[in-house]
Amino acid sequence: MEANLNHVHDPWVRIAKRDELSFFTKLGIRIAILAVGVIVCAVIIYIITGLNPFAVYLTVVKGAFGTVRRVWATVREMMMLACIAIGLAPAFKMKFWNIGAEGQVLIGGIVSAGCMIYLPFLPGSVLLLLMFVLSAAAGALWGLVPAVFKAKWNTNETLFTLMMNYIAIQLTAFFVSKWENPKGSNTVGIINSNTRAGWFPEIAGQQFMLNVIIVLVLAILMNIYLKYTKHGYEIAVVGESWNTARYAGINVGKILIRTMLLSGAVCGIAGFLAVSGASHTISTSTAGGRGFTAIIVAWLAKFDSLTMLFISLMLAFFDSGANEIASKCGLNDYASDMIIGIILFFILAGDFFVNYRLVFRKKASSVIKDGNSGVSGKEAA
Amino acid sequence: MADAAIEFKNVTKRFGSVVANDHVSMTVNKGEILSLLGENGSGKTSLMNMLSGIYFPDEGEIFINGEPVTIRDPKDAYALKIGMVHQHFKLVDVFTAAENLIVGIDPGKKLDRKEIAGEIKDICDKYGFVIDPGKKVYDMSVSEKQTLEIVKMLYRGADILILDEPTAVLTPQESEHLFSVIKNMKKDGKTVIIITHKLHEVLSVSDRVAILRKGKYIETVLTGEADEEKLTELMVGRHVELNIERPEVKNKELRLSVKNLNCVNSEDQQVLFDINFDLYGGEILGIAGISGNGQKELLEAIAGLQKTQSGASVVYYDPESDKKDDDGKSAGMEMIGLSPRMIREKGIHLSFVPEDRLGMGLVGSMGMTENMMIRDYSTASKSLLFTDKKKPRELAEEIKESLGVVTPDISTPVSRLSGGNVQKVLVGREIAVAPTVLMTAYAVRGLDINTSYTIYDLLNEQKKKGVAIIYVGEDLDVILALCDRILVLCDGHVNGILNGAEARKEEVGLLMTELKEKRREEIAE
Repeated sequence: MEANLNHVHDPWVRIAKRDELSFFTKLGIRIAILAVGVIVCAVIIYIITGLNPFAVYLTVVKGAFGTVRRVWATVREMMMLACIAIGLAPAFKMKFWNIGAEGQVLIGGIVSAGCMIYLPFLPGSVLLLLMFVLSAAAGALWGLVPAVFKAKWNTNETLFTLMMNYIAIQLTAFFVSKWENPKGSNTVGIINSNTRAGWFPEIAGQQFMLNVIIVLVLAILMNIYLKYTKHGYEIAVVGESWNTARYAGINVGKILIRTMLLSGAVCGIAGFLAVSGASHTISTSTAGGRGFTAIIVAWLAKFDSLTMLFISLMLAFFDSGANEIASKCGLNDYASDMIIGIILFFILAGDFFVNYRLVFRKKASSVIKDGNSGVSGKEAA
Repeated sequence: MADAAIEFKNVTKRFGSVVANDHVSMTVNKGEILSLLGENGSGKTSLMNMLSGIYFPDEGEIFINGEPVTIRDPKDAYALKIGMVHQHFKLVDVFTAAENLIVGIDPGKKLDRKEIAGEIKDICDKYGFVIDPGKKVYDMSVSEKQTLEIVKMLYRGADILILDEPTAVLTPQESEHLFSVIKNMKKDGKTVIIITHKLHEVLSVSDRVAILRKGKYIETVLTGEADEEKLTELMVGRHVELNIERPEVKNKELRLSVKNLNCVNSEDQQVLFDINFDLYGGEILGIAGISGNGQKELLEAIAGLQKTQSGASVVYYDPESDKKDDDGKSAGMEMIGLSPRMIREKGIHLSFVPEDRLGMGLVGSMGMTENMMIRDYSTASKSLLFTDKKKPRELAEEIKESLGVVTPDISTPVSRLSGGNVQKVLVGREIAVAPTVLMTAYAVRGLDINTSYTIYDLLNEQKKKGVAIIYVGEDLDVILALCDRILVLCDGHVNGILNGAEARKEEVGLLMTELKEKRREEIAE
């Protein structure tokens, strides 16, 4: 029959736009997709290593939250990521693609370490305050340069901020060799390990409590800044369209510069946290790629600084957990990175399935398939 | 049904909850010119896109020449001899006309420019096209590009041609020529579908008119048995008064005086040449011209958004000002060199509805409330740091109420609203500040008939209040009916200022295309 012949030629699967879903349906879809990711990961773990995937997952949880010490390590990592992501928030909201957080963190870290080395005689609180201000200023300077060039000559901020990273890395290498201790080690070592000058004080008996407080305050302030202030409004308008901003009488260049000063400053503060609040030393890996991971955090959180806390926690959890399986299960770092990669991929895929659905041939016009079969469906087509 | 070229049976297309086409069943006869008439958003283009392989129907069947078909992509459409000319042309700018014709077809075929040129000439002679095969697309006028698109479809053997709003970008003369070509194609046995919402075109060129309303097929009428009123009623769903008023306002006062305005664009090309004109309170000055002849730059220069070259002057005369000079005129204020914010701070109530509504006038991702804040977010709030959303929220509610903006909520991003509602938000905000000068660019582009008339009424209301209005438009019939004076822009020159009540359409059309000075020079040579 002709009608049937006709049907054979229908596409196997099509993508169709969804209606706006309720919050809980969206959350449900995301969780379902994440669950699929966990299952896929389990299968891959089993195929590659032959290990029991449940045991591996248990190791992940233990690695992140197994002991009080580990919980705090995970929290410290989370705060670090969140701090950088909060710094990226205003820039990204303005659609200024600051991928120079890595460098802004490092430069803040150098300044913090420098203060600890040269000014250990200052009273503790004065020294900490000075380090806070100066590292923020250094990060701001690192953000200022690409912003000025963008405002004056419309240079590409992505390349510019990226290249600023390399300058910061080389500067760090220079200062590491300058501050080398002990000589010949090519590391700075733990600074002020006896006096603890410039170290974050313990609060309520917890070494990393100050990190938590600073980042939570920053998260709340940034949220208010972006949502309720005139500056936040200007950032949103500039991010949407420079033409609209000009129409509104907003000086686009001024906003670019002001916002990047802020973005760089918060990233500089992250460097301060990394040096003074965590490692008490400086090296080229002080930022350790977090400046880039934070970009993922910022995007997944849709630039909302409070959501960033949750996303950071999730990534920090997987990161600590993955490190644990690398050592405990005899897998190497690559295996754990792979697992994180797969999980991240499914988290991102969740976004797709919140906005679109797959329509299959024949009766399937309203059946919603999950991510896994969706991928194979496209391959088959 | 041997004479049916196309038949839709219960064709449905949805985008999320939006039903673009709702069980449409209709027939297009072989060798006829069919107008597909409907307001914006009635589903004309999406229905035709299912014929050209851009969309795939969710339900229903399509028959071509009596055979059921599945059109999965544009290649399938070509195979079925269906060609569509989209509103936005699909041409390669750096290719010549001939190269564009053969892009994407028969990769095995040798590129014989002579042969192709010959084939192009045959097609052109047959239907009355004029085309230069060696001309690059970026050197072509809009009308030439459109011709090339049509020739491309014919070259590829199309028997069914779909033209999406073909006259939207043409002058009256060019439209006339297009219609004669379309009639030639009909004589040759081609089936032509024209998507349009312009009634007089429908009546002058087509055999039958199929009407869509809100995604549903209403009916097909013979053109001979239809008139504008009947078609409008079918299209809108109820009777609409099609008269545009032109109220006369007495005591017109000089409000704006533009002198020696020269402008270069970002690519260093001069786009405005020695613009001189006066604008009076209580009048609507229409600006006619083919799109891209300097309208945008002119308005933006007045609004302080476009740099002008030295010597330019735009003087504003405040109707409220006490300072009068000897002639009883208020003292003027120079606006050139002032930024939009400075213009506002000087107390000049200049409102501007730009062409690019979501790219300049509004912020698409924000709701109505936050879009109300654009003009005065920094001064309206007493706080140094924080914005005040109370008044904007009230204004948003007021505009939603008075102009009938259809939106789920005043916090819904305006980019999710339909074009007409977006425009109501923008015009509403600009009128709310009690302007003394109101500039509008393509204020009714993409709006349905009802909303268009709402906008005309709003403009006339402002005019009666003594506001000086500049109306940049593209529909000459509307400009001729609405405006007191018509300034015609051609190539960035003021090519004439006509009296709206006396001007003829042909006269305006000629001024739009042929620069007077050039003609004079040519005669001199």
